[in-house]
Amino acid sequence: MTTLLTIIVLVFILIAIWQMVKIFDLAQARTENTTPGVATDKDNIVNGYIMMGFLAFIYIITIVCCVKWGDLPLLSNSASEHGPTIDNLMIVSLVIIFIVQTITQFLLHYFAFKYKGEKGKTALFFADNNKLEAIWTIIPVIVLAGLIIYGLNTWINIMGVDESDDPLVVELYAQQFNWKARYGGADNTLGKANVRLIDIDRANILGLDESDPNAQDDIITTELHLPVGRPVLFKMRSQDVLHSAYMPHFRAQMNCVPGMITQFGFTPTKTTAEMRQTPEMVEKVANINRIRVENSKALVAKGEEALDRYEFDYLLICNKICGKSHYNMQMKIVVETQEEYEAWLKEQKEFKNSLIN
Amino acid sequence: MSAHADTHAHDDHGHHHKETFVTKYIFSQDHKMIAKQYLITGTIMGVIGVIMSLMFRMQIAWPEEPNLLFEALLGKWAPDGVMDADIYLALVTIHGTIMVFFVLTAGLSGTFSNLLIPLQIGARDMASGFLNMVSYWLFFLSSVVMVISLFVEAGPAAAGWTIYPPLSALPMAQGGSGMGMTLWLVSMAIFIASSLLGSLNYIVTVINLRTKGMSMTRLPLTIWAFFITAIIGVVSFPVLLSAALLLIMDRSFGTSFFLSDIFIQGEVLHYQGGSPVLFEHLFWFLGHPEVYIVILPAMGLVSEIMATNSRKPIFGYRAMIASILAIAFLSTIVWGHHMFVSGMNPFLGSVFTFTTLLIAIPSAVKAFNWITTIWKGNLQMNPAMLFSIGFVSTFITGGLTGIILGDSALDINVHDTYFVVAHFHLVMGISALYGMFAGIYHWFPKMFGRMLNKNLGYIHFWVTAVCAYGVFFPMHFIGMAGLPRRYYTNSNFPLFDDLANVNVIITIFALIGGVVQIVYLYNFFGSIFFGKKTVQNPWRSTTLEWTAPIKHIHGNWEGEIPHVHRWSYDYSKPGHDDDFVPQNIPLKDGEEELQH
Repeated sequence: MTTLLTIIVLVFILIAIWQMVKIFDLAQARTENTTPGVATDKDNIVNGYIMMGFLAFIYIITIVCCVKWGDLPLLSNSASEHGPTIDNLMIVSLVIIFIVQTITQFLLHYFAFKYKGEKGKTALFFADNNKLEAIWTIIPVIVLAGLIIYGLNTWINIMGVDESDDPLVVELYAQQFNWKARYGGADNTLGKANVRLIDIDRANILGLDESDPNAQDDIITTELHLPVGRPVLFKMRSQDVLHSAYMPHFRAQMNCVPGMITQFGFTPTKTTAEMRQTPEMVEKVANINRIRVENSKALVAKGEEALDRYEFDYLLICNKICGKSHYNMQMKIVVETQEEYEAWLKEQKEFKNSLIN
Repeated sequence: MSAHADTHAHDDHGHHHKETFVTKYIFSQDHKMIAKQYLITGTIMGVIGVIMSLMFRMQIAWPEEPNLLFEALLGKWAPDGVMDADIYLALVTIHGTIMVFFVLTAGLSGTFSNLLIPLQIGARDMASGFLNMVSYWLFFLSSVVMVISLFVEAGPAAAGWTIYPPLSALPMAQGGSGMGMTLWLVSMAIFIASSLLGSLNYIVTVINLRTKGMSMTRLPLTIWAFFITAIIGVVSFPVLLSAALLLIMDRSFGTSFFLSDIFIQGEVLHYQGGSPVLFEHLFWFLGHPEVYIVILPAMGLVSEIMATNSRKPIFGYRAMIASILAIAFLSTIVWGHHMFVSGMNPFLGSVFTFTTLLIAIPSAVKAFNWITTIWKGNLQMNPAMLFSIGFVSTFITGGLTGIILGDSALDINVHDTYFVVAHFHLVMGISALYGMFAGIYHWFPKMFGRMLNKNLGYIHFWVTAVCAYGVFFPMHFIGMAGLPRRYYTNSNFPLFDDLANVNVIITIFALIGGVVQIVYLYNFFGSIFFGKKTVQNPWRSTTLEWTAPIKHIHGNWEGEIPHVHRWSYDYSKPGHDDDFVPQNIPLKDGEEELQH
C-alpha cells in the first residue's frame, strides 16, 4: 500500500515538473527565436549570476565548517611525542590548500560570471602561452618539493624505531571483533606465538609457544595500559582477517595482517588524567554530554534507558573493514604514571599461571 | 591508410542487409547504437548504486531506526525496517563496485569512447564492430551477474569494494563472502574481459582509422583522453583479473596465495605462506590507475565542451596532451599510497609519497588551463557547460586534499576515515559524474537527434552542485575528527557523538541530491521520445561528428568521409566570419594553422 502511494506521489511530482517546464518553455518560446535547447543571452546572464552565488556558497560552507567543526581535537592536543609533528604538517598542508582553493575557485566562478556570453561579442583567440604554462608548472613544483621534503622527513622520523631507547614491547592482537594486548613481562621479550598453537581448552588463546621460556612471564590483557613518557613498540598480529589498529589521539595506525607481524612505535606524552584536564577535552566532553542528555530525554520518553555520562578515554579502534561487528571493535587505552602502571601490571596473571591444565 | 578504411567501410555499407529489430537494437555492431546501450545500462546500474548510497546514508544519520524504504527494498535484511549490520556492509561494497566499474568505467568510457571515437576521427565505425558488440554484451552479462548477486541467500559481497582477503576469501568470516563473493568475482572477471575488448578496439581505431589529414596533433582532446585511458586499461586491468583468479583459487581450490596462519571460529585453517599484502599490491596496481580510467575521459569531455561553449580554443593544447600523458604514466607507479599503513616497508611508503605528490603538477596544469580557457571567452551557459565548470570546481576541491592523503605521514591519521571518502568522492566520483552529465547534455542531440530540455538541465545542475558540496565538504571534517568509514553505526563511540548532527546534515543533502536526479532521468528518457528536434550542429562546434547527418546511418557519413584541414579548436579565429571553423574547412589563402 505504501509502495503504491509512493509511486502515485512520484507520478504526480513528475507531472507537476512536466507542466511547470512546459510553462517555462512556452514563455520563452514567445520571446526568442533561437535553436531550441540552446542557451540564450538571458540564460547566460541568469547562470552567470548564479555562478557568483555558488562561489559565495562554497566560501560560506568552508567558513561554517571551519568555525563549527574546524576546532578539531585531532588537529591539536595530540598525546604522543611525534603527534605535534604530524599536526604541524597537517596545518601547513591545510593552509596551502585553503589558499589555493580560495583563489582558484574565485577565478573559475568569477570568469564564468564575467565572461558570460552575449550575442555579437567575440571571444579572444588565445591558444597558447609558454610563459604562463611555465609559471603554473614551476610554482606547484616548488610548493610540492617543499611538502615532499617536509613530509618524508616527518614520515621517516615516525617510522624509524630506535631499539636502543629500550622501548616497552607490546603485542596488539586482533580477532573478530576484539583486541588483546600482550606484554613481554619482566624480560620485556614476547614469547614465540603462532595461531596453530592456539588451544582454547587450555586457555592459550593467543597461540603462545608453551615451551618458549620467554613466553612464560608474558601477560595477556583486554585493556591497554601504557606508562607515560616511555617509548612503546607495538607488534601487531591478527588471527583471522585484516584489522587496523587505529589510535587517533596518538596519531598512530597500522594494519594487523594474518601471517605476518607489523609494527608501529610511539611515546605517549599525556596520561589519561592529564588529557581529561586539557581545556579542549573538557569542552569537547561537556559538549558531548549535553548532546547525550538531550538524546536521553527522547529515549526516556520512549521508555528506554538513558545514556551513560561520557568520560574521556583513549581508544584503540578497528579501522579496516573486518566483518559484521567492525563498528564495535575497540579497546580502552589507559596512559598512567610508571607507578600506576607497575601496580596494574602486578595484578595481571602471567601466561604460565593462566593456563588450564 | 584512410583510403583503405574508406573502401573497407564502403564495402561494409554496401553489403549490409536489411536490418531486423534484433540486429539494429540488440546485437548491433554499430558504434552509435552500442554507445546508447552502454549509456542506458550504465544509467540503470547508476540508479541502483545511488539508491544504495541513500539507504546507507539514512542508516548513518538515523542509526537503527525503522525505515519504510528499508522494509520495502531490503526485505529480510531489514526486520521491522531496521537495517541489518551485514547488509549495511554489502550496500557499501556494492555501491562502490557499481559506481566505480559499472557507471564510471563502462557507463562513461563505454558510452563516449564508442560514440565519439569513430565520429570525431572520421571513421565509418570501430575497427572491429563484432568485438565491440561482444564487449557490450559481456558488460551486460557482468551487470546481470552483479545484480543477481544481490539476491543470494547469505547476502551479496560485503568486504568493501576492495575485497581484501582474508575477509573476502573466507565464507565463515562474513555471510557475504560465500556465494555473494563468488558471483562478485565472476562478474568482475567478465567485466574485465569486456573492458579489455573495448580498450583494444579503441586503441586500434584511433591509431588506424583516422581520416585524411587527422594527424595525432589535430585530434580533439576527447580522443586523446579515450586513447590514453584505453592504454591504461589494457596495462592495468589484467592485473586485477589475475588477482581475482588467484583469489578464486584460494577460495575454491585450497591454494594460499593471499592467506596464511588463520584461526577462525575455533579452528586453524590449512593456509600457509601467502600474504594479504600481495593482494593489496595487485588490487591497487589496477585500483589506482582505475581512478584515472574514470577521470581522464571526463577530463577529455570537459576540455571539449569548455572550448566549444567558451567560443575559444582550449588553452595550451599541447600542455593538455602532455599532462594527460604524465598523469597516465604516473598513475601506474603510485598505487602504494593506498597501503602506507598496510605493513609495507616504510621505505616504499617514501617512494610512493614522492611519486604521488608529483601527480599534483600535471593536475594543476590542467586546472589552470581550463580556467584560462574560459578567461575572456564568450561563455554559452548550456547545461553541459555548467557541468564542465562544476567539474573543474569539484576536481580542484577534491584534488587538493590529495596532498594530505598522498603524504604518508599525514595518511597515518586520516587513513580509512571519512576524510578519504570525502576526497575520492569529490575528485573522482562527483567530478567524473559531472563529466559524464556534461557529455550527455552535449552529445544527446548526436545520440538521439533531439535536444534535452535546458531548463530541467539547469535545475538538475544547480541542485546537484549545491548538494554535492553539502554532502562531501563537511565530510572532510568528520574524517579529520577521526571517524572511521564503513561503520554501521557510531553509537558505540560516545567520542563521536558530537559528529552525529553533521551526519544528519550530510544525509539530508544526499537525499535531496539523490531525488533531484529524477528530474534528470525524466528529462533523459522523456527527451529521447518527446524532445525538440535538433539541428545538425546545435552548439556550433568544430569537430567532425557534427558534420555527420542527424539521422544515424551505417558508416556515419553519406558519400566520402570529410577530410581534415585544421585542428579542432578554431573558435573565434580572427579573419573568419563565424566564431567557429569546422575541421573539414580548408585553410584560407594565407591563413596559418597554429603550429601544432
